[in-house]
Amino acid sequence: MITETKEYMSVNFLISQAKNIQIVIDENAAEIEALDQNIGDGDHIFNVQRGLKLVVELEDDIKNLPLQKGLNMIAMKVLSGIGGSSGALFGTFFMSMAKTPDLDKDIDFNKACEMVITGINAMKVRGKADVGEKTMMDVLIPVSEKLNELKSGNTEMKEGLSEIIKIAEDRMLGTKDMLATKGRASFLGERAKGHIDPGARSSQLIIDTICKSLINK
Amino acid sequence: MKKFINNVDDFLKESLNGFGKAHSDIIKVSFEPNFISRKTKTKQGKVSLISGGGSGHEPMHGGFVGHGMLDAACPGFVFSAPTPDQMQAAAENVDSGAGVLFIVKNYSGDIMNFQMGAEIYSGKNDSIITNDDVAVEDSTFTTGRRGVAATVLVEKIVGSLAEDGGSLEECKKLGEKVNKNSGTMGVAFTSCTVPAAGKPTFDLGNDEMEFGVGIHGEPGRKREKIQPSRTIVNNMLEAILDDLKPQKNEKTLLFVNGMGGTPLTELYLVYDDACEILKSKGIEITRSLVGNYCTSLEMQGASITLLKCDEEILKNWDSPVHTAAIRWGM
Repeated sequence: MITETKEYMSVNFLISQAKNIQIVIDENAAEIEALDQNIGDGDHIFNVQRGLKLVVELEDDIKNLPLQKGLNMIAMKVLSGIGGSSGALFGTFFMSMAKTPDLDKDIDFNKACEMVITGINAMKVRGKADVGEKTMMDVLIPVSEKLNELKSGNTEMKEGLSEIIKIAEDRMLGTKDMLATKGRASFLGERAKGHIDPGARSSQLIIDTICKSLINK
Repeated sequence: MKKFINNVDDFLKESLNGFGKAHSDIIKVSFEPNFISRKTKTKQGKVSLISGGGSGHEPMHGGFVGHGMLDAACPGFVFSAPTPDQMQAAAENVDSGAGVLFIVKNYSGDIMNFQMGAEIYSGKNDSIITNDDVAVEDSTFTTGRRGVAATVLVEKIVGSLAEDGGSLEECKKLGEKVNKNSGTMGVAFTSCTVPAAGKPTFDLGNDEMEFGVGIHGEPGRKREKIQPSRTIVNNMLEAILDDLKPQKNEKTLLFVNGMGGTPLTELYLVYDDACEILKSKGIEITRSLVGNYCTSLEMQGASITLLKCDEEILKNWDSPVHTAAIRWGM
């Protein structure tokens, strides 16, 4: 199921990851939709699926482009094609990644980490959400912090990625007993408790898929 | 799911097509990016008002484009916020140089996408955020209250001031005043079905209602057994009056809004109950609006909005308006 990848970050890497993620998200679509219907309005899964489809369909247009251009095209596609919170947040993610300096040089693992960290920071600013608010940021921010540690530390890469998989899963499960203070679930007060946040679940699946493909490479 | 659909993916496009054809005397629909604008160009010096949000709330907002209300509306997918390129294209299309005021309902997705639209639009612009729903608590640390039916009132009243030559600052100030002086509470008897989902968003028992429901079928304050209309309306009004705290004999506008699946007959019954209850509390109703204006697809239910009115609000409420959904005085 997981496609072999040879790079840490490139247009082809992004497309092949999008294809892997699409399979995993489709497999878990019913679960994510049900989570959203418990505490939201059920649009999250359709937005994520629409976004992935749009990115995968971009393949022919962007496969020969330099990374920065490819990222910008993905960003615009995601931003204009999805809508809702997911469109704004993931669009912001790719747009900010594209602004990382020196993208025309070879991207090593540390550089790829830096790009993802930049992207997640921008999402945090756009959504004005931090950890503990029962959103996808509960998964993404701790992952970003761990990437920062890996970037400057001596941990072996595969070991680090395994730790990230674990962090994402723990944090996703941790949203279950949180009160929501951001997003549509925030309107529920106590009633949001007892349900995993659908955005946290979809983000965790995305991280899980990417990390596993890198570990198995 | 029983709906008039040919193909789920074409749902929005075909509906917008029909809207454009049915109201070609007032508006025109542009695609990719999608927006609805007035048929006539914004006159020089008039501030342009642009709103938008997920589809499924019709006639909100496309039905409010026209003389005396909006200049453009940006429809997103059903219940999903529109995208920044829609706001940018709409703004470029309608701005006559006096600036653009974006009217945004307080939902995270709408806020983020409108912010990005405002950032990429190069012309002068500002935004107001409506948050009239008293069912949820407001706090500076949270998303806060939802923007719901009072958005209709904001668009009508600010639209009138913009038509009369009000500046961007004046329009924003009036919009914020209307928002601050209004409170809304909604109740649902049934769920609604998002076309892409194909099944109801939530389950409600035959004898149950969702008190404090939002406009996307997202759950509300609490689930209760259904009660006589007078009791439900009384509970809704209590929540609103607790929040608005109107003075005795204060003039108000009473707006009974249908969620899409409740007949007008019932909405007028709700209006009657609300009138009697407000009268007993010494609150004067000087203006009214009853009908389906801010809907949640086919959801059965209604919301009540009360707006405290001063002379400026009344004058701008009464002024002529000509849109697909609201027309008077011309």
